[in-house]
Amino acid sequence: MTAIALETRGLSRNFGSLAVSRDINLSLPVGARYALIGPNGAGKTTLINLMTGLLQPNAGQILLGGEDITQLEPQARVKRGLARTFQINTLFAGLNPLEAVTLAVCERRGIADRFWQNIAVNKDAIEEAYEILAKLKLGDVCYQTTRELPYGRQRLLEIALALATKPKVLLLDEPAAGVPQEESGDIFEVVAGLSNELTLLFIEHDMHVVFRFATHIIVLVGGAVFTEGSPAQISADPGVREVYLGKRHHG
Amino acid sequence: MLPPFFGVLFDGLAYGMLLFVLSVGLSVTLGLMNFVNLAHCAFAMLGGYVTVTLVNEFHWPFLATLPAAFVAAALASVVLERFFYRRLYRASDLDQVLLTIGFAFISVAVAAYIFGTLQQPIQAPEFLRGSSTFLGLAFGNYRMFLIGVAIVVTVLLIAGLEYTRFGAQVRAAVDNQRMARGLGIDVDRTFAATFALGSGLAGLGGALAIEIVGLDPSFSFTYLVYVLIIVSVGGLGSIAGSFAAACLIGVSDIAGKYYAPELGAFLIYLVMVVVLMWKPAGLFGKR
Amino acid sequence: MSQMSAPTNPQAYLQSLSRWRPIEIVFWLATLLPFFLFPDYLSLASQIAIAALFALSLDLILGYAGVVSLGHAAFFGIGAYSAGIFSKLVWGEPLTGLVVAAILAGLVGYASSFIVSRFRHLTLIMITLGLGLLLHEAANRAHWLTGGSDGLQGVSIWPVLGLFKFDLYGYTAYGYALAALFICFLAVRRITNSPFGLALRGIRENWVRMPAIGAASRAHIRKAYTIAAVIAGIAGAVLAQTTETVSLESISFQRSADVLVMLVLGGAGRLYGGLVGSVIFMIARDQFSGIAPQYWYFWIGILLVMVVMFLPNGIVGGLSKITARWRRK
Repeated sequence: MTAIALETRGLSRNFGSLAVSRDINLSLPVGARYALIGPNGAGKTTLINLMTGLLQPNAGQILLGGEDITQLEPQARVKRGLARTFQINTLFAGLNPLEAVTLAVCERRGIADRFWQNIAVNKDAIEEAYEILAKLKLGDVCYQTTRELPYGRQRLLEIALALATKPKVLLLDEPAAGVPQEESGDIFEVVAGLSNELTLLFIEHDMHVVFRFATHIIVLVGGAVFTEGSPAQISADPGVREVYLGKRHHG
Repeated sequence: MLPPFFGVLFDGLAYGMLLFVLSVGLSVTLGLMNFVNLAHCAFAMLGGYVTVTLVNEFHWPFLATLPAAFVAAALASVVLERFFYRRLYRASDLDQVLLTIGFAFISVAVAAYIFGTLQQPIQAPEFLRGSSTFLGLAFGNYRMFLIGVAIVVTVLLIAGLEYTRFGAQVRAAVDNQRMARGLGIDVDRTFAATFALGSGLAGLGGALAIEIVGLDPSFSFTYLVYVLIIVSVGGLGSIAGSFAAACLIGVSDIAGKYYAPELGAFLIYLVMVVVLMWKPAGLFGKR
Repeated sequence: MSQMSAPTNPQAYLQSLSRWRPIEIVFWLATLLPFFLFPDYLSLASQIAIAALFALSLDLILGYAGVVSLGHAAFFGIGAYSAGIFSKLVWGEPLTGLVVAAILAGLVGYASSFIVSRFRHLTLIMITLGLGLLLHEAANRAHWLTGGSDGLQGVSIWPVLGLFKFDLYGYTAYGYALAALFICFLAVRRITNSPFGLALRGIRENWVRMPAIGAASRAHIRKAYTIAAVIAGIAGAVLAQTTETVSLESISFQRSADVLVMLVLGGAGRLYGGLVGSVIFMIARDQFSGIAPQYWYFWIGILLVMVVMFLPNGIVGGLSKITARWRRK
């Protein structure tokens, strides 16, 4: 049996009387490519917010590599190897990609509080940042201010920032949201090309993309896990067709 | 030492009511749009000068000038909102602070240019002067009038928010702006109307304040501090919070001046810092 | 920013951002001009240098880290009172006085940074305003220590390094203030080009994203706030030492508002913004308030509205946009 990278046990969260996450038990094996699907309002982003610590659960536990991280601050979870991207671009608009990713690398290396030395002294950190950018095909625009970048490039920078934290588990919240359909494949090609040791969980609406890139699919409905299984099992599941595929005409 | 205690409590509450009328508008507009309006007391000052001018130059009765003060401040705020504020709703805190502090500066200079820097004299009508005695305790008539006005304003505001269509729209927008827009509520127009109402109340407060604290061009800044303290201590967007905070600050301020004059304004600043450290969103704040 | 000389190597690119540009050298040489061209205005020049130093310290937290403060004069005032009282109680040697003032301002800054770093938006503005007003009131009430509203009297400062006496014309005063400004500027310039400076800009650009890249934003803000307090304390101390008096005005809301105006007028987050802004602000005030002091704030108000509506990055930001456009042609 493979090692478990990320696990949730009985994770629940309410907003007032509304249960947005209900008793969610998941386990992601190391190196897995999991897709999280479900209709709008199923609680997909909420689940990622719970895992990364932007929200506190009302009940349940989150374990990263077997260690309980439920009580940790978001940045402490990042330090332990749990990174995420955002559905709506959450970037450093006034920095250029090189600066932004260098910042993330410096934070990871614990040198971001050095106020006495010129940043250019940190050759290794800068080169590491540039390598990440080059891998995500951002090398040619790395000196342009982020807010001036084309939208698709900004989506890639979302991923670059997360990768700079050297995550063990990466949660991608609709990495291709807002990108024209013909380009969204490019973004997922990049995602698919990431290291095999990295455990991935991504939210995506486009079923073509999901079936192409995921090794395993989790269906979330009304805040609870409706079912999970391999792409073949999910596409054959009549229940999923009914609650999700059939109703929403995706794919 | 009972009588001084009650006297202080009464004066403090009356003062608190005045502060409530001055600040409640800012609380609602801040809660609605998160717009930091440091020129709020400039509208109050405008109301004050309208009343002074109408009473002293045109010999209007004092009570008749109060609606005029309200309308003048509301109209001025509509103009500013339309041409300046509206463009900065999504701007940074800093830009909002700078723009509105700029208007506050301008208001001080304009008031000094037109009216001079001296305190404006005003004569309250006969029936509001002096004091009345109940159960052996003397209550200032004007202060009782203030409390009465504040209660009327509070009741009207709460009833308006609870039972009118407009009130429902305002509540929806304060609660969740995106959802309100989704429901087809014109949040921008709701805000403009609320803003005018809030500024009008500030104008009314400015007119009522003359008798108690006087009126000179520095009003825009002196009372801005009080108003901001009440808004942040009470919690943004909460009428009940502003009411409670205004009572708390009014009583603390008067009690501080009476029992510990050497502390000066120390006490209210301390109250604010302590409350905010304990509850950053204010006593009744949700966010 | 420097598309024209985009180097291929990322390290060289980041290095190039911190290189001294010719215009900077011209600027600093120009600060020496008052000695020769306007010897009658040296005391104004030293006031400008002090204001510029104060604006520089605010720039570090507001311009770089995006922390809006309406109470920054608290640290200026602590520095001023510390230096003044130190000269009365201990001795009049200026450099030790400066160090003591910087340390005290830094300690208070460090203590309050634990409060400040927890808040954003209106609560932050109110907390900084409230702490500033508290200290102002404390200085006002502690008459036995500060002289209250009469100001601190009897400050007497020895010659700098035992050589340069503070003269009537202000030669020493301006030289002293300028030296303090330049040394602190070098320090701030280095900070803005450091990994820490980058982290501060990250906080300004996106407070929400910082935890998601594993950053300890609050620790960064605490550190920046403390450094800014130290520099503001030095600015206050220089004022106390060069004028040999400390007034309540040095810790007032007015001074907090003035420095904010200077900074945004020049352009926040641009290192030279506060310097340019304070030169223009102080000279304008010197000229205008001679005519009609009570209307000075009318023009400041108009200026603020104009800057927010039409010149969002201040004068320095506007100029660099114009030169960038001109270069592209």
